[in-house]
Amino acid sequence: MSRKEKFAEIALTVVGLTSVAVLALIIFFIFKEGSPALAHVGLGRFVGGTRWSPGKGQFGILPMIVGSFFVTFGALLTGVPLGLGCALYLSEFAPRKTAAVLKPLVEILAGIPSVVFGFIGLTVIVPLIRDHLGGPGFSVLASAIVLGVMILPTMVSISYDALRAVPQVYREGMLAVGANQWQTVTSVVLPAARPGILAAGILSMGRAVGETMAVIMVAGNATIIPVSFLDPVRTLTSNIALEMGYATGLHRQALFATGIVLFVIIGALNILARAFIRSR
Amino acid sequence: MRENPGEEDRNSGQVPKVRAEGFSFFYGKVEALRSLDLSVPENSLLTIMGPTGSGKTTFLKALNRLNDRVQGTHHTGSLLLNGEDVYGKGVDVADLRRRVGMVFALPVPLPMSIYENVAFGPRKQGISSKKRLDEIVEKALVSAAIWDEVKDRLDSSAEKLSGGQQQRLSLARVLAVEPEVILLDEPTSGLDPLSTMKIEELLRVLSRSYTVILVTHNPVQAARVQGEVAFFYMGELVEKGPASSMFVRPKDKRTEDYITGKFG
Repeated sequence: MSRKEKFAEIALTVVGLTSVAVLALIIFFIFKEGSPALAHVGLGRFVGGTRWSPGKGQFGILPMIVGSFFVTFGALLTGVPLGLGCALYLSEFAPRKTAAVLKPLVEILAGIPSVVFGFIGLTVIVPLIRDHLGGPGFSVLASAIVLGVMILPTMVSISYDALRAVPQVYREGMLAVGANQWQTVTSVVLPAARPGILAAGILSMGRAVGETMAVIMVAGNATIIPVSFLDPVRTLTSNIALEMGYATGLHRQALFATGIVLFVIIGALNILARAFIRSR
Repeated sequence: MRENPGEEDRNSGQVPKVRAEGFSFFYGKVEALRSLDLSVPENSLLTIMGPTGSGKTTFLKALNRLNDRVQGTHHTGSLLLNGEDVYGKGVDVADLRRRVGMVFALPVPLPMSIYENVAFGPRKQGISSKKRLDEIVEKALVSAAIWDEVKDRLDSSAEKLSGGQQQRLSLARVLAVEPEVILLDEPTSGLDPLSTMKIEELLRVLSRSYTVILVTHNPVQAARVQGEVAFFYMGELVEKGPASSMFVRPKDKRTEDYITGKFG
């Protein structure tokens, strides 16, 4: 091996390890800052407690866990069918030229700052819900709609790639026995692309769980367990973002502990989802 | 080897199953088939041989109109199935594709069981009786000479079969919808010699009850399967005749060069 090559190998190893090290440091830092609060409050009362009132020393984040779950689930409910439908249209039905124009446009959505989505949600969707469905408007539903749109680029572009990766002969083989295009899509193309579509769903879910700014603007952020889709809600990420600016002491540690819970939930979701895909 | 004495007599006075009349096909400005005149009698075997880019596959995909899926194509002249233009108005393309089955170079095991692979086409035609489907599936698998190998595991995944078995399964799937014409686009290009031999034997048998059109780049295969052979070169039909004479006395210099391996 030449010296140049040796040097490149070492340099790349260092760069590679650096990104892993950053991840390790983040984990270490969150756990270091947050674990005292977990120890003080007790894991059961922290995760299972229904009251969040830092002024009174009450640190229960169950409302936020439920809130995050509702908002994420709602976002997937709106965004996944829409995104998959869009990907199917672009990949199977749209003329090539149309797809070549539309797909980049969908991907531009990913480049719009989340505060803009939040603003549109705040000025358009929240009043619509308030006027037509009742409640304060700031709600699980508003968050689900805004997040549903925000996960579209991920959902569309990854499922599109998965659909395009299905060999053309599958489609032709189907058409060649007299199946029409829709039958071909439902019986062959979708099953063959399933792992990729599931992966798109998982990444979309990650985006939905982690999104903060847009959700803060439309969710209402009340620390109560929502019982309907029209109730205001606070997510785990919102909880950290909203209060970190002024929190000190135990309160600050409790916010880091919220981060630990979030981290564990996201990790568990990823592992579950991957196991689910592999079992197919 | 099957001899074809009197084949001309047998087919005289009949409408050819497949007939091209001055048929040209274009991808954009590229002329992939140039004024093709060709006819294939019913229940016969035609092997189209030629190098890559000679228009062989274009011809097959025009016949079942899979080329419709490519944008910016057009054609001139006519291409007839039973005397009717496949590009005529009011042609049901899905029905045309059922009548003109096609097997591809790459075996296409659909991501489902062996049984469902074969039952797929008939189901789409609306046949739902389990008993009827069982009959169709068995008949198709027997015709494709794969029944004995899979009859005990019809419910297992088709993707677990070997390449040669998958290719015969693809053929069974086509046979299950009772086509009139079977097109095969280099069906053995990815197979071992033994599987290739099975497929070739099968084609000779099938050509007694179906019109079979085989495309291959391999002149040796064309010689082996016998029947009629057409040599395509750069979008033109150079020469057509029985395998028995073409490989002994090619009429055209290009044919001779191709079958003797000077190019291709």
